[in-house]
Amino acid sequence: MARYDRAITVFSPDGHLFQVEYALEAVRKGNAAVGVRGTDTIVLGVEKKSTAKLQDSRSVRKIRKIVNLDNHIALACAGLKADARVLINRARIECQSHRLTVEDPVTVEYITRYIAGLQQKYTQSGGVRPFGLSTLIVGFDPYTGIPSLYQTDPSGTFSAWKANATGRNSNSMREFLEKNYKETSGQETVKLAIRALLEVVESGGKNIEVAVMTKDHGLRQLDEAEIDAVVAEIEAEKAAAEAAKKGPPKET
Amino acid sequence: MECVFGLVGKGFALVVADASAVHSILLHKSNEDKIMILDSHKLMGASGEAGDRAQFTEYIQKNVALYQFRNGIPLTTAAAANFTRGELATALRKSPYFVNIILAGYDKETGPSLYYIDYIASMHKVDKAAFGYGSYFSLAMMDRHYHSNMTLEEAIDLVDKCIIEIRSRLVVAPPNFIIKIVDQDGAREYGWRKSINDDHISAA
Repeated sequence: MARYDRAITVFSPDGHLFQVEYALEAVRKGNAAVGVRGTDTIVLGVEKKSTAKLQDSRSVRKIRKIVNLDNHIALACAGLKADARVLINRARIECQSHRLTVEDPVTVEYITRYIAGLQQKYTQSGGVRPFGLSTLIVGFDPYTGIPSLYQTDPSGTFSAWKANATGRNSNSMREFLEKNYKETSGQETVKLAIRALLEVVESGGKNIEVAVMTKDHGLRQLDEAEIDAVVAEIEAEKAAAEAAKKGPPKET
Repeated sequence: MECVFGLVGKGFALVVADASAVHSILLHKSNEDKIMILDSHKLMGASGEAGDRAQFTEYIQKNVALYQFRNGIPLTTAAAANFTRGELATALRKSPYFVNIILAGYDKETGPSLYYIDYIASMHKVDKAAFGYGSYFSLAMMDRHYHSNMTLEEAIDLVDKCIIEIRSRLVVAPPNFIIKIVDQDGAREYGWRKSINDDHISAA
């Protein structure tokens, strides 16, 4: 198999594109990221690595993991952050270019298709490697106001989701979401997203970054205090559930 | 026949433009908005070739928005003006844009400012500026009555004086004018000065 992972344009005998699969490995090593779609709110959450002592935390925050592509579209990703910068820049240009040529903001599906198309292009050219990241793209349709969540991956495929996770331990998060997903709105959606993240990330506002998108207010990053408050709520609920489980048997 | 002018007051800047869309001797409409809102705190009044006007101002507006998404903070008025001038200059020796621009903006640190940018890419930061045949009259009025730190009332009064001069002295004076203001609360439409009301026609 070693012979078939050099140039990306070559299929292996059993139909694999090894470079693409290796790119997916890179994604699996990246920070955990989760997205949950509610009826009127969409929440993106990412695992945040603690900043080194000498590092200027403001500059790290500036190269945020959850970014705006346009007023009504946001993106979170897992994988190679440098590749993300390139992809995000192209997507932002496309958002404005679309507004300029057709005088309409992009739909979430359009920009997802664009990003996925870009990722696919790099799996079918000579001498280039695929982008090593999967993205979670959220937004509200500019006219119908319907919220959407899409995911793309290094192969260039994309699909819509009610809730999804990518990056480190995404399988555990996805399992949790499959078990616990229900239609939520507002703060409940935020809680669900944070609960999913807490399955794989150390608890606390220091280690997760959460952004909430609403139709009227666009993307809003939650600050540490807000995240801590929700985390505390979640832990209290968990403790209460544990106590309830242990409670009744003792009485009998 | 197009008239665009602007001035800086105390904590605000005004841009006034005529509202006529003209093709040779035909007046298409008299409620054309020639002052583009670039972003929350910038106005760009433009006069000149109609197609270039729309194309160029929209192009600048989208690039100003892109800068904000890329960098997380909006462009300053000076930066936007210099970018606009740069685009005009680059196109000048290839296929020039025939658009004259008055750019007004409000920055938190430096307050209101006004830039005069003409179609061959010369740029000046000024307190009052005007383009078109109307400039002969509006500049004269502003030279006579303008002083720095005018209140909004005084400034609107001066604007109305300029419009009266244009209406009474310019042979093919535009019937309607639009006034937009930018201050710390943002860029927005201030009002119209209409002598022909054809809104009901455009609606049909």
